[in-house]
Amino acid sequence: MGKIEAKEVHFHYGTFHALKGISMDITEHKVVAFIGPSGCGKSTFLRLFNRMNDLIPGTQLDGSIRIDGRDIYAPGTDVDDLRKNVGMVFQRPNPFPKSIFDNIAYGLRVNGIKDKEFIRQRVEESLRGAALWDEVKNKLNASAYALSGGQQQRLCIARAMAVSPSVLLMDEPASALDPISTAKVEELICELRKEVTIVIVTHNMQQASRVSDMTAFFYMGELVEYDETKTIFTNPHEEATQNYITGRFG
Amino acid sequence: MDTTPTYPTGYGQSKRRAQRAAFGIFRTLSLIIVFTLFAILGFIIYKGAGVISWEFLAEAPTDGMTDGGIFPAIVGTLLLMLGSAIVAFPIGIMSGVYMNEYASKSGWVVKFIRLMTNNLSGIPSIVFGLFGMALFVKYLGFGDSILAGSLTLGLLSLPLVIRTTEEALKDIPDSIREGSLALGATKLQTIWKVVLPMGMPRIMTGLILSLGRVSGETAPILFTCAAYFFPQLPTSIFDQCMALPYHLYVISTSGTDIEAQQPIAYGTALVLIAIVLVINLLAGWFRRYFEKRVKTKQ
Repeated sequence: MGKIEAKEVHFHYGTFHALKGISMDITEHKVVAFIGPSGCGKSTFLRLFNRMNDLIPGTQLDGSIRIDGRDIYAPGTDVDDLRKNVGMVFQRPNPFPKSIFDNIAYGLRVNGIKDKEFIRQRVEESLRGAALWDEVKNKLNASAYALSGGQQQRLCIARAMAVSPSVLLMDEPASALDPISTAKVEELICELRKEVTIVIVTHNMQQASRVSDMTAFFYMGELVEYDETKTIFTNPHEEATQNYITGRFG
Repeated sequence: MDTTPTYPTGYGQSKRRAQRAAFGIFRTLSLIIVFTLFAILGFIIYKGAGVISWEFLAEAPTDGMTDGGIFPAIVGTLLLMLGSAIVAFPIGIMSGVYMNEYASKSGWVVKFIRLMTNNLSGIPSIVFGLFGMALFVKYLGFGDSILAGSLTLGLLSLPLVIRTTEEALKDIPDSIREGSLALGATKLQTIWKVVLPMGMPRIMTGLILSLGRVSGETAPILFTCAAYFFPQLPTSIFDQCMALPYHLYVISTSGTDIEAQQPIAYGTALVLIAIVLVINLLAGWFRRYFEKRVKTKQ
């Protein structure tokens, strides 16, 4: 059984048919990369896994998405609970205007954890997990805005990991970062795969080939090909995939 | 075909001349505004500073208001500011939050509320006074009182409070809200712990500016609260009170000896301006303080 199972997923923004019948199984503790040209639906699909698209008015979903065997769109689903379990890192670092410590502690606090000592430990663990601890351990009370863009993004990763999700969604997490920060985030992804199942949307083909086990190629709202990353990048079955990864369009 | 444009000679010079002329006009107009402000301030200070003394600030009017101080009016104005804040701030902030965070932005509810608040802010303040008299003084039976005055002034400042709250929250990027929701926070937690603190500096500025406006309003309290002469301090919210703007009006237009009252009028004006000035300075200070706190808060 897959960690995430999508069956015949159709998604509409108003009259725009953004996803056209996508089925996909994602295995636990794998890193799956979504690639494809802009507007192909990969981010839309990603944002269905934590019901982030609920925030957009006038959308419609058909088909089913199961995480750990449970239909996450079934009536009566606790969306906040789902989002605690399915963390997300966004395209641009979006730390809260709070201290570094409070940014990490936020997720724990809003989920009802009050034990100060536990929070302190979890903050340290999460920052260590995001390879940020050594850089910030002496200024935990400083504003998160004082960090560089790359540090902010790792803070956001630490923040997402602090609530112990079992899935981490990453929507082009390195697209706003410089090459060195990008490398650090990629290293982090390779570390985090031990703890969580990671789904990452990226425009960077090298990045997809470096960090992922499986790659899915989307085009015009359809899942063109989904296979081992090695296969996709060396010997894809579909001509469209071949053309895209060799840079002939997209 | 040769597509290189031939530029007219001397055009650069004429461009720069036009720019110099335009900036000259802008600068002159700005200076006129500054000068006007200083002229008004200077005039009031020149005429009013003479009467300012400890007695003037701390004593009640005496001798048919031709002597003594304006203490009850200062207290009255401060009480009305406080009262209107208690009425308008919670309601206004909550409405602003509702309009920006909860209601569907293109839905008719929000459009209707926005239309109403815009119209509300366009209503002349004397009409608020009339309405306040009909509703609070007469119908609800509060009588001419601080309560009725505060409610009326609160209604008057409501549109401004709603608007500034809405505008402040509108500027907060959605990515911040998404970041919070993605951690399993509810919408209410997101608003309470992230959105409102982030919007606070600007909301505070709006609140304090609305206080400044309230402190100077005469018409809304004319029929609802203000006392012509009430030298003792109010003891309950059902008492009337004196207020600086109304006192200024009274002193300048009626009384036992208008000539002798003139310096008192200017003194009152000076105190009123000083209060508004202090409030505006406070607004700026609060904004900087909250901005710093929001960004560095432990």
